[in-house]
Amino acid sequence: MLLIPCPHCGVRPETEFVYGGDATVRRPDPKTASLDAWAAYIYERDNPKGPHTELWLHASGCHSWLVVERDTVTHAIGQVRQARDAAS
Amino acid sequence: MQDRFSAGRILREALGGNAGWRPWRRNPEPKPRYDVIIVGGGGHGLATAYYLAKLHGIANVAVIEKGWIGGGNAGRNTTIVRSNYLWDESAAIYEHGLKLWEGLSADLNINVMFSQRGVLNLAHTLHDVREGMRRVNANQLNGVDAEWLDAPGVKAFCPLIDISADARWPVLGATLQRRGGTARHDAVVWGYARAADRLGVDIIENAEVTAILRDGQGRFDGVETTRGTIKARTGALVAAGHSSILAAMAGFRLPIESHPLQALVSEPLKRLLDCVVMSNQVHVYVSQSDKGELVMGAGIDAYTSYTQRGALHVIEDQMAAACALFPMFSRVRVMRTWAGIVDVCPDASPIIGATPVPGLYINCGWGTGGFKATPSSGWTLAHTIATGAPHPLNAPFALKRFETGALIDEHGAAAVAH
Repeated sequence: MLLIPCPHCGVRPETEFVYGGDATVRRPDPKTASLDAWAAYIYERDNPKGPHTELWLHASGCHSWLVVERDTVTHAIGQVRQARDAAS
Repeated sequence: MQDRFSAGRILREALGGNAGWRPWRRNPEPKPRYDVIIVGGGGHGLATAYYLAKLHGIANVAVIEKGWIGGGNAGRNTTIVRSNYLWDESAAIYEHGLKLWEGLSADLNINVMFSQRGVLNLAHTLHDVREGMRRVNANQLNGVDAEWLDAPGVKAFCPLIDISADARWPVLGATLQRRGGTARHDAVVWGYARAADRLGVDIIENAEVTAILRDGQGRFDGVETTRGTIKARTGALVAAGHSSILAAMAGFRLPIESHPLQALVSEPLKRLLDCVVMSNQVHVYVSQSDKGELVMGAGIDAYTSYTQRGALHVIEDQMAAACALFPMFSRVRVMRTWAGIVDVCPDASPIIGATPVPGLYINCGWGTGGFKATPSSGWTLAHTIATGAPHPLNAPFALKRFETGALIDEHGAAAVAH
């Protein structure tokens, strides 16, 4: 089981969290985006083998959305930030 | 086939002290050039090579496998075979597969231990009941055998299930596909490999693809591997969990994420469960192997991963549900758990067909349910490679559907775990 260090609540087990997927995906500009860009935004993912930047919701804790750096080969967790800080 | 298996052969070899058996297949050095390269020596890749050679006369084929054949998901699944999918496109391709399964042992001249013991899909809620009945009707319209059982019918078919009204997961009924069942996954891999090898296909093990080559026009031109450069004008990626990695080497992205999917076996028990029981609601599927172990599968771990392991809490949830459904399982010990890396598509349906790279095809996205499709997956991809166009069975499963929006949404219908 993963142990995720929540910036508010401390180190908590994975079961308190809900996985939110790839955090690097950005919504394209609706005014200019092509259909290809929309399809890529909705469906395509890098799905990397190695470092992955991803969203987790601390659903059974402070209810913050977090951006977590996790390695998909070792499951080692690096930096954890609040999503609102990561987005700015 | 020179070295054909038969009952007479077993008797003859036994009388000769079993000294006459030879290796099932060659262990060839890679040639510098082939007509077709298939990346991935699991069931799907080997089946593709077999049907290319057998049905389309294309035998100058290399199957390139980074480890040993059948060492990935082909050897990690829970071996369930069924075709009772909701949508027409799915029913067609899985039913084609089921028909191939029914003749597979004779076709491959190896006993794949295909056992049509019946597959139950339990309904625990009113919604499950409605969905199950709808699926039975859809199956029957598509020529797929399907029946609806009420709770006493479930109890009669599978007496171990607790159908009491106060159960944690009350059983309100179930769909039954009598032609569904299980098969021996290793035998399927070995059978396809042996049969493809006899037809001239080279199976190259311990060769990991490190780069995908493209010519000046951008067309597929071969692969770099840890056993040297291998050229071909046509290629196919059949690599399940590592499909995104290979696609990135070829310069395109896929609508796929890789997750661990866990399964486990119990200690061997006397024969007690003579059918397959699945419950989408509580993510349990269970059958009993010929060795007596209960074979059980869970749902995927939530996060993406390339490690062939998952977290214990997923197994705990699954066991809790299994023990509620089958109270006698509470005294059974788990012997072994493991995970495979499954390639999950947004619509829980596979991708079989062309890629943005000319000359390169892909077969991936089978997610949690690829084993049952091994024959039809290889059959349709072989047709696509040989003719340069998809068969009507796999045309709906094109990569393009994620641009057109014509998805085949089997998430709700076929279960998360299948």
